[in-house]
Amino acid sequence: MIAEIGQLALILALLMAAVQGIIPLIGAHRGTPAWMATAHTAVGGQFLFLAIAYIALTYAFITHDFSVAYVANHSNSELPLMYRISGVWGGHEGSLLLWALMLCGWSLAVSWLSKGLPTDMAARTVAVMGLVSVGILSFTLFTSNPFETLFPVPADGRDLNPLLQDPGLVIHPPMLYMGYVGLAVPFAIAIAALIGGRLDAAWARWTRPWATVAWAFLGAGIALGSWWAYYTLGWGGWWFWDPVENASLMPWLAATALIHSLIVTEKRGAFRTWTVLLAIMAFCLSLLGTFLVRSGVLVSVHAFATDPARGVYILALLLVVTGVSFALYAWRAPNVHSHAEFKPVSREGGLLANNVIWMVALAAVLLGTLYPLLLDALNMGKISVGPPYFNAVFAPLMLPMIFLVGLGPLLRWKSASAREISLRFWHTLLAALAVGVVFPLAMMGSTSLMITLGVGLAVWIILASGRDLYSRLRQRGTPLTTLRKLPASYWGMTTSHVGFAILVIGITLLMAFEQERDVRMGLGQSHELGGYTYELRDVYNVAGPNWDALEAHVHVTRNGEPVTDLYPQRRVYRVQTQPMAQASYQSRFTRDIFVALGEPMSGNTWSLRLYHNPFQMWLWIGATLIVLGGFVAATDRRYRVFSRRRATEPASQRIDNAGGIADQDAAPRPAQRSPSA
Amino acid sequence: MTPRQKRRMAGVALVVLAVSTASALALSAFRENLMYFYGPSQIAQGEAPGERIIRLGGLVEEGSIQHNDTDLTVQFSITDTAHSIPVEYVGLLPDLFREGQGVVTHGRLGSDGIFRAERVLARHDENYMAPEVAAALKAAGYEEHPGEKAY
Repeated sequence: MIAEIGQLALILALLMAAVQGIIPLIGAHRGTPAWMATAHTAVGGQFLFLAIAYIALTYAFITHDFSVAYVANHSNSELPLMYRISGVWGGHEGSLLLWALMLCGWSLAVSWLSKGLPTDMAARTVAVMGLVSVGILSFTLFTSNPFETLFPVPADGRDLNPLLQDPGLVIHPPMLYMGYVGLAVPFAIAIAALIGGRLDAAWARWTRPWATVAWAFLGAGIALGSWWAYYTLGWGGWWFWDPVENASLMPWLAATALIHSLIVTEKRGAFRTWTVLLAIMAFCLSLLGTFLVRSGVLVSVHAFATDPARGVYILALLLVVTGVSFALYAWRAPNVHSHAEFKPVSREGGLLANNVIWMVALAAVLLGTLYPLLLDALNMGKISVGPPYFNAVFAPLMLPMIFLVGLGPLLRWKSASAREISLRFWHTLLAALAVGVVFPLAMMGSTSLMITLGVGLAVWIILASGRDLYSRLRQRGTPLTTLRKLPASYWGMTTSHVGFAILVIGITLLMAFEQERDVRMGLGQSHELGGYTYELRDVYNVAGPNWDALEAHVHVTRNGEPVTDLYPQRRVYRVQTQPMAQASYQSRFTRDIFVALGEPMSGNTWSLRLYHNPFQMWLWIGATLIVLGGFVAATDRRYRVFSRRRATEPASQRIDNAGGIADQDAAPRPAQRSPSA
Repeated sequence: MTPRQKRRMAGVALVVLAVSTASALALSAFRENLMYFYGPSQIAQGEAPGERIIRLGGLVEEGSIQHNDTDLTVQFSITDTAHSIPVEYVGLLPDLFREGQGVVTHGRLGSDGIFRAERVLARHDENYMAPEVAAALKAAGYEEHPGEKAY
């Protein structure tokens, strides 16, 4: 019964999405207000039906309705309630439903918050999102229906994959999807602007908060995934350059370039066609990513897809979305001209360099991820590209990038003096590099050129940001009132940049000094790693709600002083009889210690894997700050006080209320320093 | 050319230079780090290069796992049912490593014919078999038994 309700709601949602996607487009073309207005009602309807479908599936999970095939495949009567609720997105079909629900949620938000936009622009944006919904919902209904029923009804379910029974996994996929799907908003606005021929500064200003929020969600999703891999997979690693990880990294790289390029388009009117292209690319990459992650393309280009129709449909959808948007781009973009002039050494120049580097990084990841798939699809051999490739490409690319992150905000718009900047900041850079030498030596006892550059340039970001903030505070009035007057976008930028610096320090020191050792231990034996002594005290059996486990008690000491007790487990889940290591670790500010339990060996000994990971926590702190900065920047008042009058004003007359003047056609004039970028 | 055009050309040239240097670096790193996959039959027929890191995949042969008594050295054979290759590995085996299960290893083939694995991968899902392994088994004439479901 519940399956039928869900199924019906899903069909109705598809119909609503079709209305939302088609009628407003025709209305905007003809200039019929009533037709354009259907966008906003249809999106509400679609959301209502999708919510019903989603609740129906959740209800089936909670009540153990194994007549629904998806529930029978991903749940079990012993599965705890939390994992029954999160089990909805534990498989392919349910993930798509969540994806569709979130897409519709974003569409609804756009519809509600689009009061400031011209009517036709708002209608077109919501309509484009409706068309994306049609693609996803028809894919769900025709190839991956979560409401398919089973007869006879099985006595019990096959249980959720044990790896997914983890609190980290309860929040990781929704965050990631929020990011993927959120990128549909800048995409839809870009397409709507291309159709309407309105690629002005108002368009860029309106896109910015959406792009930034989507970027922040995507970053949060990636960081949570990395954290989850770190503590669940028991491998002690946090990034494996696995195709699935790369699939989420690629749209993030494109989105990072996008949010920076949007600044130039909004403030100076430059890079307009490039920004549109980035908005389209970011969403196409997140479509690609979604399906790579969710048993889509990655598996289906092999002969191993459960249902070949799925792979074909996904490829078709990707080709249609990419093809149509790029065709539209090729048709409309050449009519857009950017007249803004700027010198190579300027804020624009810095942001251009930023975009070039992120694009090269993106191309490198794309090559390493898709080339093996392509070769395999063409039957030209089976290859894989290992982490050394990605590391070899990323390290040299990131060094100039880290330097630029510190430098960029110091540059003036249009034209900056390299001489003046170097005179003012050379001692800051020198001090940062000195920290780059001293800090690794003091903390870890050695350093190298790459470590010094990595840490030193990251410290340069922090010092340069600090000096910039200080000079802004001194510039006008008392520090306290100025502190509150600095725009949220400035605080957001600084938070993210400092977060990036902390992340870089963490990654540099971790990759240089991490230690890993596989050992074989009997009871009472101990091993030393990174100054810590691990003693195996006991091994015994424990039981959980749906698993049994072997648990070890490892006592950790340092110089004879007790540090902590770790209890790694080796679980066997009863239904899927799948063994899984549950590692145990202790995090401290400058190091993580981490133990995973392997197999019992002969002679009453066990295999264990020990890790000593310096500065691991800095990765999570850095990532958190990067994400936080995105959310802070999106709350900037400038985006909220945006009114319809201002939106329709030609950008060349628009006065930027944050202090700068954003006219792209004016003759060269003394550069103004805008506090927010 | 006007001075402005000259400066602009210099800027473009700089970007082109930077991008091509980066591409050259990337492509050479790419070439060095490609790992080709070989099935046991291909190795038995001498198709695999000796010194490069390659990937070898197949089923862990029944009864072939031998743990050393004192350390973490383990020997096992990877088979595609037509040929089998002896493998040596030092370290912790993955959770899903079992006899009869599909496995992929990274390592180098020694001149003594023993494959020295640096990494052993078994998948997250016990019903999943790496596509390469499935293809290698199929090429060797092995039929998947019906209970083994592919994702």
